[in-house]
Amino acid sequence: MTEPVIEARGLVKRYGALTAVDGIDLSIARGEIFGLLGPNGAGKTTVILMLLGLTETTAGTVRVVGLDPTREPLAVKRRVGYLPDAVGFYDNLTARENLRYTAKLAGVPRHEVEARIGGALGRVHLTEVADRRVATFSRGMRQRLGLAEIWLKRVEIAVLDEPTSGLDPQATVELLDMIRSLKAGGVAVLLSSHLLERVQSVCDRVALFNRGRIALIGTVGELATQVFGGDTIIQVEAPGERTAGALERVAGVRRVTAEAPGRYRLWCASDVRPAVAAALVEQRIPLLRLDLLQISLDEIYARYFEERRDAA
Amino acid sequence: MRREGSPWTGLGAVFLKEFADHLSSARMRVLECLMVLVGAGAVYAVILDIKTVNLSDRFLFLRLFMLGHDPAPSLIQLVTILVPVIAALLGFDAINSEFNRRTMSRLLSQPVYRDAVLLGKFLAGFATLAVSLTVLWLVVIGLGLLVLGVPPSTEEVARMLATLAVTLAYAGVWLAVSLLFSVIFRAGATAALCALGLWFALSFLWSMVVGFIVDLLAPSDVARVLGVQTIEQVQFQMNLSRVSPAVLYSEIVQALLEPSTRTLGLGFLFPAARIGAVPNAPLPFLQSLLIAWPQITGLLAAVIALFAISYVIFQRQEIRA
Repeated sequence: MTEPVIEARGLVKRYGALTAVDGIDLSIARGEIFGLLGPNGAGKTTVILMLLGLTETTAGTVRVVGLDPTREPLAVKRRVGYLPDAVGFYDNLTARENLRYTAKLAGVPRHEVEARIGGALGRVHLTEVADRRVATFSRGMRQRLGLAEIWLKRVEIAVLDEPTSGLDPQATVELLDMIRSLKAGGVAVLLSSHLLERVQSVCDRVALFNRGRIALIGTVGELATQVFGGDTIIQVEAPGERTAGALERVAGVRRVTAEAPGRYRLWCASDVRPAVAAALVEQRIPLLRLDLLQISLDEIYARYFEERRDAA
Repeated sequence: MRREGSPWTGLGAVFLKEFADHLSSARMRVLECLMVLVGAGAVYAVILDIKTVNLSDRFLFLRLFMLGHDPAPSLIQLVTILVPVIAALLGFDAINSEFNRRTMSRLLSQPVYRDAVLLGKFLAGFATLAVSLTVLWLVVIGLGLLVLGVPPSTEEVARMLATLAVTLAYAGVWLAVSLLFSVIFRAGATAALCALGLWFALSFLWSMVVGFIVDLLAPSDVARVLGVQTIEQVQFQMNLSRVSPAVLYSEIVQALLEPSTRTLGLGFLFPAARIGAVPNAPLPFLQSLLIAWPQITGLLAAVIALFAISYVIFQRQEIRA
């Protein structure tokens, strides 16, 4: 990892009595894709706005490419691209005209504007519709146009708020590919999402938000270890009243939880699938399914909030 | 805490984009038709009457603006009513439409300050009004040339241009009002309604209300017994009514387009003020301007104050929808 392009220390944001963000520390490196995950209202967008200097911080410090976004907003915004949640464009203008306006605002040198717009539109596969009014664009096309805007600015950091929400599966895959190519271009990407499965496939590291705090932070593997405590988890489907008892007696099984009638989850020190199969066959319990659980972000997320609820 | 960089960064880009939007919008087509119709109508109405006016009148061209053919109002009366409505229509969705189209966060994530966004939008609306009003003035003067067959004197041209500038300041007040409401209210319809409501209240209701306010705040026994107002009351009422930009505007126009106007206050009541004055003799242009100077300052101050209020509110606004 190289030097961090985004650094936040003890970030706090209060709206009156409501604390939206409650002491967040973040550090994002150049060329990294970092995911902010969490339920709606957990403070993801507020953090993003503070990093961009679009809203004031109540406490804490932010450094973006070494600058303070509230003191030097213009320098920061020149080097950061932002794709807001449900991005809007001027519907009465064409895609190209919208980008031209951004280019002017961003201070792109005049002789480069048209070439850069053409390149950016090509990267997001919008060249054919470049001269159509944005009013006719689908949601996916608008998101891609938003990415084109980021390309156009040649930024060092791209901040994407819920880039995949409301997109159909194919549009999502395309968009994620484009995000990967941003990374390949050396851009640090910060994205927020609640579509965990998709995010998992692109993010190098993630932070799980809960009520304005970062609950967990790290790679998906690290998070899995934190939440599941390093256990191997085996899923079993075997209907019958004696199943739970039989599973508990298998050596190496620490805990058995029932997911649904006839479906269980075994928390084991190691992969004990052969022993489980043998035990069930011996008891003449029909074994319908037996496999290792691939710990996905979805699982981590669900498990984490389950634990919170239990604790509360 | 000081911020770095110029607040005017991007002002040109915002201004040009908004100005282009205005000029290509359907509103502008309506505005153009309206201006030509108003100009032609006003000149036509005056022509019906102008034969009865003394043709040796030194200020024939100014009559084009001030005379009306009953029941048609004069051009200036029309402008007094129309300009606020047009300004309100140009400004009521300036800021809130950016929020409603969800373009605000994208716009502000570009390297520009909010100063540039607000001022750019104000100047674009102002430029649009300037274009429309200049067209109206040219239509009137052009038609006047055709119909009257005499060119305007330098003095008349100066007075007409000064009136155009003052009309722009008057339009600026109402543009700033509608811009303010577009910052405060997220719904465009609410903002438009508030701007038009305020215009209606100040232009039509205020003149009725000031009488009551004067009786309430400055009661006078003498006045009640005699059934007339004291000089103090009249003075108070005049000052109160000047809260309305329409009153300020009509006073300025009175001074500029009626060169014989000697005072906009109560000066005519005092014999001392008339000593040495030639009745109905016109004042030089600069003297007329001097008479109206306080009112002109008032209009400009209103524009600046309203813009400043919009600016403060806009700066403090959270941009997340």
